[in-house]
Amino acid sequence: MEKTITMAIEKVSEDKDTRSGFGAGLHELGKKNKNVVALCADLTGSLKMDAFKKEFPDRFFQVGIAEANMIGIAAGLTIGGKIPFTGTFANFSTGRVYDQIRQSVAYSDKNVKICASHAGLTLGEDGATHQILEDIGMMKMLPGMAVVNPCDYNQTKDATIAIADIHGPVYLRFGRPKVPNFTGGQYPFVFGKALKFFDGTDVTIFATGHLVWKALEAKKILDEKGISAEIINIHTIKPLDVEAVIASVRKTKSVVTAEEHQMNGGLGDSIAQVLAQHFPAPIEMVAVNDSFGESGTPEQLLKKYGLDTPNIVQAAEKVISRKGN
Amino acid sequence: MPNTDELKRIASQTRRDIVRMVHAVNSGHPGGSLGCTDFFVALYYEIMKPDPKNFTMDGIGEDVFFLSNGHISPVWYSVLAHYGYFPVSELATFRKLNTRLQGHPTTHEGLPGVRVASGSLGQGLSVGIGAALAKKLNNDKSLVYTLHGDGEMQEGQIWEAAMYAAAYKVDNIIATVDVNGRQIDGDTDHVLNMGSLEAKWQAFGWEVMYMNGNDMQEVVNGLNKAKTLTGKGKPVMILMKTEMGFGVDFMMGSHEWHGVAPNDAQLEKALGQLEQTLGDY
Repeated sequence: MEKTITMAIEKVSEDKDTRSGFGAGLHELGKKNKNVVALCADLTGSLKMDAFKKEFPDRFFQVGIAEANMIGIAAGLTIGGKIPFTGTFANFSTGRVYDQIRQSVAYSDKNVKICASHAGLTLGEDGATHQILEDIGMMKMLPGMAVVNPCDYNQTKDATIAIADIHGPVYLRFGRPKVPNFTGGQYPFVFGKALKFFDGTDVTIFATGHLVWKALEAKKILDEKGISAEIINIHTIKPLDVEAVIASVRKTKSVVTAEEHQMNGGLGDSIAQVLAQHFPAPIEMVAVNDSFGESGTPEQLLKKYGLDTPNIVQAAEKVISRKGN
Repeated sequence: MPNTDELKRIASQTRRDIVRMVHAVNSGHPGGSLGCTDFFVALYYEIMKPDPKNFTMDGIGEDVFFLSNGHISPVWYSVLAHYGYFPVSELATFRKLNTRLQGHPTTHEGLPGVRVASGSLGQGLSVGIGAALAKKLNNDKSLVYTLHGDGEMQEGQIWEAAMYAAAYKVDNIIATVDVNGRQIDGDTDHVLNMGSLEAKWQAFGWEVMYMNGNDMQEVVNGLNKAKTLTGKGKPVMILMKTEMGFGVDFMMGSHEWHGVAPNDAQLEKALGQLEQTLGDY
């Protein structure tokens, strides 16, 4: 195998948190669309909703620590033409209010955007009670619910703005820590479309959320090893860009998925489902394996739970060794 | 003064529809439906008077209603049909495959008159508050009505919503609780004694009033009085005393008819007590 020379993906700013991307996107939406309203369950600062709240106080609803009521009020606000964005931690945005989302939002086809911060292990020190790793699975199972898991500040901001124009319920998942900011420009967010960073021929790495940067780091190491990895960011987990997934795997014939979520119910199982039906290929999944998290720094946790750059490299090597012929 | 004789005639037909609908599919919830019939007839024909021919999801400029205790769908469907939202003949499809009249109400099949799904209890008050907030944002002076079961008061979300509506002065909503004292497993006092609902709602900051839900004149008067209490900085709660199964003697006085359909003989007996006024579907 030959070493390939690839252009590095450059950071476009200092590291930023994706939740701040949400806050910036929401503020911009507020100026752009007077029907956009926002609700928060006592986490305005954590969700970075202060700018929206300050400029549009009449369209901001502080509901207190009452998430079920928040989801119901959001559903009601759509009746009258509003586009509600709810904000709280991912745990309280999904598991705590699953039945409210299922009946009052999804089954009722309400145009509610459920915006969830502090998802995954990288919440860090607060520990497993808050580190939800099942939310993508819960939300993607709901008929009609779109699931978007952006990877950096720019993508989160662009996704926040984009989903206001998509009619129907959307789950938007982002996080707490400051991470590299590298999308936008020639790597734009387009709802429902896979975002390819690098072409490759030996293996496709499908990554989402915070693990996209890890996949790009893994790409450099794989290049050194003479392995040609195709790097694709799946920010929209549902509806999945099935054509892009199949087209890539037809070429590379092996797959690594990388995400900050349980293996059950996450991106990996969405990709596996598509491939099992259309183009069977070996898959290795970098994800949390049927476990709760714990307290620690984000980097420590990613390492301990096998979601770090070396894990993606190892998964790529392993899956290539599993290819037939 | 409203012509309550005409409203009572409509209510009689609605009660016939209810028992016939649940009998036809041997499932559904006649008890609470019969108890709330007078409320539904008064609300649509005398109080809200919405435009059934131009139903919009947003309901801008007209009063909107949310049924939180969705299991009493038969009474709502009958009133919606006779009021003009959809053909009365469609009542024959209740709970059958491919129907718009699902066991519990839903927007999913596009039934005019329904704005949110309900069935899983405790959610409708929050939705109603959201719709009321949207009306305020839209400078729309019309009102939001919701109906709940008394057993539903055991759901925690109700009290989240209660706290919110009072704190933020959502004074364009009139919520009604059907106080029939029964729930599936028995009397509410025995299943989970809720103490004084009046004291609770007052303590949560609502304007609370009582109404006999099985006297048409009292229902009309009560709802009109509730309207006068709106716009004064407090949400309005009507505690509506009803008898589950009202209008059919053997269905009254027990929780047994919460979710049980009559057999053929029971249907005949029930229909013998309910005058056919508008014609059976």
